[in-house]
Amino acid sequence: MNQPLIEVRELAKIYGEGDAAVYALASVDASIERGEFVAVMGPSGSGKSTLMNILGCLDRPTTGAYMLDGSDVSGMSKNELAAVRNRKIGFIFQSFNLLPRLSALANVSLPVMYNDDDVSEEEQRERAIAALNSVGLGDRLHHRPNQLSGGQQQRVAIARALINNPPLILADEPTGNLDSRSSEEIMGLLHELHAKGTTIVMVTHEPDIATHAGRIVCVRDGKVVSDGRDGHSPCLDRKVLDGGKQ
Amino acid sequence: MKFKKSFRTAWEGLMLNKARSFLTTLGVIIGVASVIVMLAVSAGTEASIAEQINALGANLVIVSPSRGVPGASRTLLIDDAYAIAEQVVGITGISAEQAPAPLNVRAGGTTLESIAIIGTTADFPEVRDYAVAEGRYFTVDEDEREAKVAVLGAGIAKDLFGEESAIGQTITVGSTKLTVIGVMEAKGIVSDVDYDGRVYLPINLVFQKFMTSTPMGADRVRTIYVKAESQDQIDSVIAQITFLLAERHDVDPAQPDFTVQTQQDIIATQEATTAAFRDLLAWVAGISLIVGGIGIMNIMLVSVTERTREIGLRQALGARPADVLMQFLLEAVILSLAGGLVGVLVGVGGSYLFGAWGTMRTEIVPLSIPLAFGAAAVVGIFFGYYPATRAAKLDPIEALRRE
Repeated sequence: MNQPLIEVRELAKIYGEGDAAVYALASVDASIERGEFVAVMGPSGSGKSTLMNILGCLDRPTTGAYMLDGSDVSGMSKNELAAVRNRKIGFIFQSFNLLPRLSALANVSLPVMYNDDDVSEEEQRERAIAALNSVGLGDRLHHRPNQLSGGQQQRVAIARALINNPPLILADEPTGNLDSRSSEEIMGLLHELHAKGTTIVMVTHEPDIATHAGRIVCVRDGKVVSDGRDGHSPCLDRKVLDGGKQ
Repeated sequence: MKFKKSFRTAWEGLMLNKARSFLTTLGVIIGVASVIVMLAVSAGTEASIAEQINALGANLVIVSPSRGVPGASRTLLIDDAYAIAEQVVGITGISAEQAPAPLNVRAGGTTLESIAIIGTTADFPEVRDYAVAEGRYFTVDEDEREAKVAVLGAGIAKDLFGEESAIGQTITVGSTKLTVIGVMEAKGIVSDVDYDGRVYLPINLVFQKFMTSTPMGADRVRTIYVKAESQDQIDSVIAQITFLLAERHDVDPAQPDFTVQTQQDIIATQEATTAAFRDLLAWVAGISLIVGGIGIMNIMLVSVTERTREIGLRQALGARPADVLMQFLLEAVILSLAGGLVGVLVGVGGSYLFGAWGTMRTEIVPLSIPLAFGAAAVVGIFFGYYPATRAAKLDPIEALRRE
């Protein structure tokens, strides 16, 4: 159990071939222990999205190894990756990605549907209600996304990420579409999760948000340029981010 | 369990856009309905053809003058009929028939104008499977001595005498007084012939009284019906008649001035004329089903495009390509099955209405219902498969990025 939750070795993602080859990721080595709260920062085009996609098992590295929760996922088939995403990863998106026609309850239940376990409808419902309760939305079970505020929608999304009890939560700019008050709420929720032992990897470009994390990984030009637990990172410097953004 | 959830997801997807879903099924509804109606019309036509065969009588060989051969209509004579009756082996009877121009028929104060008069030989009821309901038909003897007797079609008897018995009454056909000795059973209109609206007379009486003014001679017949003993005898009977008449007419049996046909020949001719029409209907029905399928495919492609982000999300949450495929394939199949179901109802209802109000006879073929329904399902799977594979093949990263 002492092995890291995430361990990547010489991870590279190359688009194109020969002279036209573009290295979205060039040889990334990193490991994330269980229970860590990591912020991934970097200017756009730095490769942090590619890294997150690979960590999220949505994409496969061109070369290199990726061990997630003790198994090598870098060589897995699409079906195997889907199963890994379902069981081991909870996604939180910047734009919430709730299905507009479904109630909060149905949205939260979605990952259970793709579970291989034969979960009964009652159990699915109970789990969804419990997940919504844990994000403080026990009284909004039958509301549709458009009847909820942005912060509430993101909380529904977090409940959805939690329903299969994954060891890893991947949050991609979770507060990017929220005002500062809702942002604080969401970050509070992530802290709670972290306190309960969930590993969280979060992409953000907001230094305020990044400082919530115990560790900040800074990515630039497809490489990890800094990885620190001391609350300092070159990526926290606005100029670095803006310089990359143009 | 898994399937039930997939079904529910697909159903929710369709309910998202009810009007569009309904319009999409319309193509399948029309296709399925037209298959059922088309088969019902075909079956109806076949049934009326079968009725016509029965109306002619069973195991019949039909001899008539060749059309289009100069002078042929002059050559088929009553003596040919007698010769067939005497010399051909394997027959139970013949009925020679001739019809003069329609005449007025009077009885008491009632006059019926332009009534069809048919001269026949005595075996007519037996050969044509057309029984006498009341009284009797005339005998060979009465025919030979040109007895002034008449047998009435059921309709004529009723028109002239109402509920009163026609037997023994006197009628005037043209200017000839005849005694009614029989009334035929009601048969109705078959193949455009109103059997009940005719007067049946001894053929020799017809020659003597009603055909004398025709320049071609008063002993020719328009048709000789020959009843074979059994189905097996028919080929032999045809050959015998052909050689006998060719010899009598002094023509080459290969190029006769007469035609020898069976009911099957006549049916074949009739069916050939309707077959082209039926084939056309079958094509139209089949094509509309395909068009319906293309409609489903089109809408499913639009739907996949519109819901790309949803697909990406589902993939991120753990949906396998097969799960996504199933979701969209099920949507297409539900659409086509719903269309098939409504199409069956419309087709069955349409067939009834067609038969009740239209001129075409329809008979719903029970097999056509599962057939059309099954075809709709196949169309749904076939045309739903491509959009569903497009959805299943979407890259989750690309799909999630889509607005």
